[in-house]
Amino acid sequence: MVHGRTDARTHRTGGPPPRLALAALLAIGLAAAPAAPLAAQELRVPYQTFTLSNGLKVIVHEDHSVPIVTVNTWYHVGSSDERPGRTGFAHLFEHLMFMGSEHVPTGDFDKLLEAAGGDNNASTAEDRTNYFEDGPSNALALMLYLDSDRMGFLLPEITPPKVDLQRGVVQNERRQSYENRPYGLAQENILERLYPADHPYHWPVIGSMKDLDAASIDDVRQFDRTYYTPNNATMVVAGDVTLREVRPLLERYFGGLPRGPAVTRTPPPPVHLPADVYATLEDRVQLPRVYDAWHTVKAFAPDDAGLEMLGAILADGKASRLYKRLVYELQIATDVSAFQDGGRLDGKFEIIATARPGHDLNELSRVIDEEVRTLAESGPTAREVERVRNTIEADFLGRMERVGSFGGKADQLNYYDYFVGTPDYFQHDLDRYRRVTAADVQRLARDDLLRAHRVVLSVVPAGHTELAATEGASR
Amino acid sequence: MIALRSSLFAAAVAAAAATSLPAQEVDRSHPPTLPPPPALRTPPVQTATLPNGLQVAVVEMHKVPVVDVTMLLDAGSVRDPADLPGLATFTATMLQQGAGARGALDIADETAFLGAELNTYAGYDAATAQLHVPKRRLGPALDLLADIVLRPTFPDTEIARQRDLRHAQILQQRDQPVAMANVAFAAIVFGAEHPYGRPPSGTESSTAALNRDRVAQFYQANYRPNTARMLFVGDVTLAEAVKLATARFGAWPPGQTTKVPDVTPAAPAARTIYLVDKPGAAQSVFRIGEVGVSRATPDYFPLEVLNTILGGSFTSRLNQNLRETHGYTYGASSQFVMRRAAGPFVAAASIVTAKTDSALIEFMRELRRIRDDSVPRDELTKAKAYITLGLPGEFETTRGAARQFADLLLYGLPLDYYGKYIPQIDAVTAADVQRVARQYLDPDHFAIVIVGDRSKIETGLQALNEGPSVHRDMWGQAVQ
Repeated sequence: MVHGRTDARTHRTGGPPPRLALAALLAIGLAAAPAAPLAAQELRVPYQTFTLSNGLKVIVHEDHSVPIVTVNTWYHVGSSDERPGRTGFAHLFEHLMFMGSEHVPTGDFDKLLEAAGGDNNASTAEDRTNYFEDGPSNALALMLYLDSDRMGFLLPEITPPKVDLQRGVVQNERRQSYENRPYGLAQENILERLYPADHPYHWPVIGSMKDLDAASIDDVRQFDRTYYTPNNATMVVAGDVTLREVRPLLERYFGGLPRGPAVTRTPPPPVHLPADVYATLEDRVQLPRVYDAWHTVKAFAPDDAGLEMLGAILADGKASRLYKRLVYELQIATDVSAFQDGGRLDGKFEIIATARPGHDLNELSRVIDEEVRTLAESGPTAREVERVRNTIEADFLGRMERVGSFGGKADQLNYYDYFVGTPDYFQHDLDRYRRVTAADVQRLARDDLLRAHRVVLSVVPAGHTELAATEGASR
Repeated sequence: MIALRSSLFAAAVAAAAATSLPAQEVDRSHPPTLPPPPALRTPPVQTATLPNGLQVAVVEMHKVPVVDVTMLLDAGSVRDPADLPGLATFTATMLQQGAGARGALDIADETAFLGAELNTYAGYDAATAQLHVPKRRLGPALDLLADIVLRPTFPDTEIARQRDLRHAQILQQRDQPVAMANVAFAAIVFGAEHPYGRPPSGTESSTAALNRDRVAQFYQANYRPNTARMLFVGDVTLAEAVKLATARFGAWPPGQTTKVPDVTPAAPAARTIYLVDKPGAAQSVFRIGEVGVSRATPDYFPLEVLNTILGGSFTSRLNQNLRETHGYTYGASSQFVMRRAAGPFVAAASIVTAKTDSALIEFMRELRRIRDDSVPRDELTKAKAYITLGLPGEFETTRGAARQFADLLLYGLPLDYYGKYIPQIDAVTAADVQRVARQYLDPDHFAIVIVGDRSKIETGLQALNEGPSVHRDMWGQAVQ
């Protein structure tokens, strides 16, 4: 779960296989022999890297196709670093990073950048906080000036009224994106049941209203000194620039910032759900929705990719098993989704389905459980595995198009660097999915879903708890 | 070439000498001076017309082996019959529910198997069939596209299935205050008789009336090559695209098409607050506005600058005031929605319930101030630079470039449009901005639509004397 500073604004060798051969393959339903990969070459995002004496790691990727540049900074801190009573603080701090710094008066960060044709945004997740500036390539020095000032000189400019103001903005973000949105409070209700109170994933990134109220200027100071240091950040500069231009600018603006204390973390307690947990939440909704959530594995663990493919086989698109049964054939649901969500500390798998008018959640749960059991007993077909792999491969190609913004190449270089320690991990990442077999998917459906305990959350229209999923009704 | 000309420029010159200092002595008292910005390079558009009238346009982008194909069809919601709002969007959805020898599930399965994304939808002015696919699968993916555009079968069972799904989705709109506000605002501003006033997704009763005959009839009348445009963006050449398109769409027979009749929007009422009740809502969703301009407006460029200043960027007046000064909202914005006919001007935000009345004061203050006072030079310069210097980024991805060029095709604008864009923005003066603000913003006739908890907000709103408050439902219709 990620929380942004703002909503995105509008204004982010060999030919194809012979068609006949492909058609024949479809007709007889034999897709065991993998088709030629969708991309002719390996996926590569070349980069160069250097580290300043204060510990700031810099990754430079040149892409001269469009005259733009992006500066993408990951601070290795997220909501999982928050202390009890201060949930939502990492995200509030992210907002404060735009409220001015010693040499950049409040408001100037955005004004200067817009006047140079640039845009910016930021987001906070459980494990990291990312910031980017995108703009014409000539604006690089300005971006680095602004980013270095808030990395090194934030505190003199942050006052209690500024904290109050952004507290108000963030609380409105919570209202807009959670409280005033149907089913908006479901995920936090799942997290508190899936993770024990002392686990860093127990609370949502957005935090509680009460904890946001409690955040103080002292919290800001402590958080800044602990986490917003050069040695706890990695910066990617990508686009129509060269290492020769980038390195001196980095030295100039960031070289003088002092190194901070090393960040140490206690590993979280092991997570175990000893029994199924059923819960019901009444909401201002027309239709009931059921959420099944399991503990799984962290990002890039051996079964992470297999679980993602399991999710896609179950519910990605109309050809998926659950869509076909629930929405298309039985017509008892309006929508269904399933996904693996792996973080640095832990992962979870969810299946979510919304009932059509006149149907209750036990009807949906029975079919969901049936389909999970079928997959656990018989596994997916070779064609299903191939279809999902092709979709994923095409998605990787799409991720090579953009340099900046959320999910662009710069952001992905930072992601891989932080999660696996290799910025250009694109091809290795894709290879994980290519290695997943039908037997893997079957084993995961059996061991991680069918035989594992879960949280079952029903969100029902107020006053209609009789529509909720009940224990024992579906197995 | 654009240079920074505001006070920023003066400051930047002063700082220039500091750029060669060693790290420890870097002068942070001024932002750095910047070299001149790069020139905008937009890829050229190549075109061809097939014998049946189908226009093909190609923008080559060879960085990544993907192709984005956009097929624009003159079959948008403006063509909905008055008795059947929702027919255009429903027909677009139905294209994928059976075509040629393929059933709905086959289409979905084969699309995914090719690693392709295939979407069909309708907006007010056009229906769109969109394909995004790795280059290596372009041929078979175009076979699918041709099936759904040329040979949809509209099976009764699939009509019933999608109709039932749409019923549930309309029911779910009641949970979504933002969707409620958009539907009500359109109905109130344009009136239920105007195509832009009707809900593109239909109503409960119009959904119940959808059937195979009406869908097939709509398809026959409006899906024609001579009014269609096909745009390829990505790893493809004009010769390839023409060959691929001819093989699949060359035999598509042209047909007689009708022009969409012009309908005059309802005459604007005196400024009124329209309350749509949403008991227990944590926020009040605002939509304030009136009928604006069409895409063909001669004032396009001054309006872009005006809107950037008013509510089209993070530092815009509405966002600065309502979010960054007052903290009433997570974000406030405005937009001139330009279509073939005049679309709405709308200012929007979701406001914490307790500050609903205070927020209206600030909205109205900003909407009047931009008419009353000339825009300061710094603010004008910043807005123009934000638009012009940000333009290259819009052409970075195949999807982004496709959006830009599809607009030109849809609205009949010259294909070298973006080459002339920047000088026209640069030419906009403060006087131009004030002129278009006075011409196109009429606060005396704004419709102020608010979806929120009436019991908590109505008294405060009435006390402002910004107009009478009346009660409407989510369809914009009077509530007794």
